[in-house]
Amino acid sequence: MTKDMLTRRTFFGAAAGVSMLALAACGGNGGASDSAAPAAGDGTDPKGEGVMTYADYMAAAVDDEVVVECFVQDTQSWWEDQITIYAADADGAYFIYNAACTEEDSAKLVPGQKIKVTGYKAEWSGEFEIAEGTIEFEDGSTFISEPVDVTDLLGTDELIEHQNQRVAFTGMTVEPSTDPDGKEVAYLFNWDGSGAAGDDLYFNVSKDGETYSFTVESYLTGEDTDVYKAVQALEVGQVVNMTGYLYWYEGANPHIISVEVAE
Amino acid sequence: MSMKKLHNTHARGVRALPALLVALLCTVILAGCHGSQGMDAFEVPEQWDESRTYEITFWAKNDTNKTQTKIYEKAIDDFEALYPNVKVKMRLYTDYGKIYNDVITNISTNTTPNVCITYPDHIATYMTGVNTVVPLDGLFADEKYGLGGSEVKFQGPTTEQIIPEFLSECVLADEHYAIPYMRSTEICYVNKTYVEKLGFELPDVLTWDFIWEVSEAATEKNADGTYKVNGQKVLIPFIDKSTDNMMIQMLKQRGAGYSTAEGDIEIFNDDTREILTAVGEHAKSGAFSTFKISGYPANFLNAGQCIFAIDSSAGSTWMGSEAPLVDISPDKLVQFETAVRMVPQYDVDNPQMISQGPSICIFNKADSQEVLASWLFAQYLLTNDVQIAYAQTEGYVPVTSLAQDSAEYQDYLAQSGKDNDTHYSVKIDATKILLENAENTFVTPVFNGSASLRDASGQLIENVSKAVKRKQTINDTYLDGLFDDVLALYHLDQLGGGVAGNTESLGPLPRASKILIGALIVAWIGIIAVAIHDKLQERDS
Repeated sequence: MTKDMLTRRTFFGAAAGVSMLALAACGGNGGASDSAAPAAGDGTDPKGEGVMTYADYMAAAVDDEVVVECFVQDTQSWWEDQITIYAADADGAYFIYNAACTEEDSAKLVPGQKIKVTGYKAEWSGEFEIAEGTIEFEDGSTFISEPVDVTDLLGTDELIEHQNQRVAFTGMTVEPSTDPDGKEVAYLFNWDGSGAAGDDLYFNVSKDGETYSFTVESYLTGEDTDVYKAVQALEVGQVVNMTGYLYWYEGANPHIISVEVAE
Repeated sequence: MSMKKLHNTHARGVRALPALLVALLCTVILAGCHGSQGMDAFEVPEQWDESRTYEITFWAKNDTNKTQTKIYEKAIDDFEALYPNVKVKMRLYTDYGKIYNDVITNISTNTTPNVCITYPDHIATYMTGVNTVVPLDGLFADEKYGLGGSEVKFQGPTTEQIIPEFLSECVLADEHYAIPYMRSTEICYVNKTYVEKLGFELPDVLTWDFIWEVSEAATEKNADGTYKVNGQKVLIPFIDKSTDNMMIQMLKQRGAGYSTAEGDIEIFNDDTREILTAVGEHAKSGAFSTFKISGYPANFLNAGQCIFAIDSSAGSTWMGSEAPLVDISPDKLVQFETAVRMVPQYDVDNPQMISQGPSICIFNKADSQEVLASWLFAQYLLTNDVQIAYAQTEGYVPVTSLAQDSAEYQDYLAQSGKDNDTHYSVKIDATKILLENAENTFVTPVFNGSASLRDASGQLIENVSKAVKRKQTINDTYLDGLFDDVLALYHLDQLGGGVAGNTESLGPLPRASKILIGALIVAWIGIIAVAIHDKLQERDS
């Protein structure tokens, strides 16, 4: 969560507090159920009626209505009754962009939670996503995907088959970026160094002579997170192992969620 | 690969606006409960106290452009060298919507910035707070510290040297509440190579009929599913980056209603229906799409996947095969001739295009000396050093004749095409269109809520474009529903002005609203009861 959002929430919290008592009368019992915590699964729960398999989803055309069941892997920060979700099942992954969601429900979108999402398939600069989604919480098992090491697929046409999945990159070398003053640095705020702390981080890493640009998406992992701090501590020439979600923007643009210096 | 912006970053600010507007209105209403009257009105001090030190905050926006950041930083350094007792702290944003959100958030806690790059639409909402924004006419005219003032330590413009059309855009409620900073307009960047390949001759002034005709012709495919004109599987002939500007300009060009100066909403009219019906037809055929639906027009244009890309002149450095900034991989770049035209028109003899671009406002503070320091810094941003340097970063136009007429700026324009960086021809051609058409520009009326109306106007096009692709039919029934949805989403019926063409009853208040109003009434009764009780006790004692 960014500092900006904290400020906004404080404001809304104060405003909301005034009317809380009045509005409380509107709501029914919105509390969570008392049922036991669901068991960890492998993401292969049978799909419900009318729900697409991952293959069906991938085969759907852009602008088709889609219905999927999947498991939350991560979320970007909730904002104005919308949330963006990184989700997966055993067969693949889904990027659910700006789904309708109350702040109360956003707290329930914890990693592993099973959800059903109804929305429209969309493509934005190469990223396939579910837009205008609505979320239903479902009982059943939980599922956290394991990272797939795609290091060797970088630069190949096969990489896109793993779009949105939790992926790993191993043994990559931190390469210099050039900041606005022309200095070589290990990372930049914004793609060209025009930003400031709290903005997205961009850093270059290479493998086998090819250099790639990776991102720490501040709405997913803000400046207080371990990965944000870890990237700020990187040095050019270090060899690193990373995990992230294989987001796409005119090509692979992974949202990195962990970085470890390998040697 | 570098990256211009991420769409999830983009959309967040935009969609937040209606709710924030309502929240601000609530705050203002609720402030009444505490008897708050806001700050005292600012009065220009007779003498600036240079024995004191001041720290002022400056919230600025850059186009994720490091050169712009450096220009701001240099401006601050140069200003602080002239005024060592003033420290300027800059906070950078990449989205005007985020600045707007944060300013609104900070109005309630009196923690607004001192100086802010913003839009007049947004200032109108900031002014909902009492004496929140400093009116500038008194400062303009001040003999010592005003524009061209005797004690100003740099050569800034006089009032007369600010381009009148741009300065007049900063008038709200009969007074200037901002100074213009940069100006731009919407531009149509054209793949001329493909237009001619399709058998058309590109006119000097585009018409909507021409754009639609060429775009439809371009949708013709080969037997293998590729498009004939580019041989690729992807082609969106016409993409508009800003659908709010698209709708606003189309309405203006048709002489149709948008809003009155007083804030009466006129957008739900027959011209809007005709525009949306046409948009729907061309979105359905695949001839048209939008930034929000498909992506940056520049990326499609540069990949040979778009023929007409409408975006700001301030986006010109991303446009064309030789663009200095490119967001797609080199193997996707296609070579073509880029032509630059004003936005398409309905009447080529009476062209109309929107004037946009950032302005600067100053927020009021309890310390009038601090406000004066803010004003001096704001004024410094109009000096030639800042104006000319910043204008060259993108297709911006300086807002002063002092800068526009300077030898340095004229030399910059004359060197168009000398290189593909500072003198990139597409950027300078885009700039010249605005310089040559200042009298053909317009702005929309500014009032509290005009920012929401602007968003609503774009949402109409976005919704229609999506709807037809989802096999919905655009007819009167659909448009009636769309108008109702957009009216409600953007709270256009709560802005104070009326809504023309929407006289139907909105039905009973929702239960939550009734309860909230009831609670407010009860709270007021309680406050009055306590006040009466206190008075009675006072009298008895």
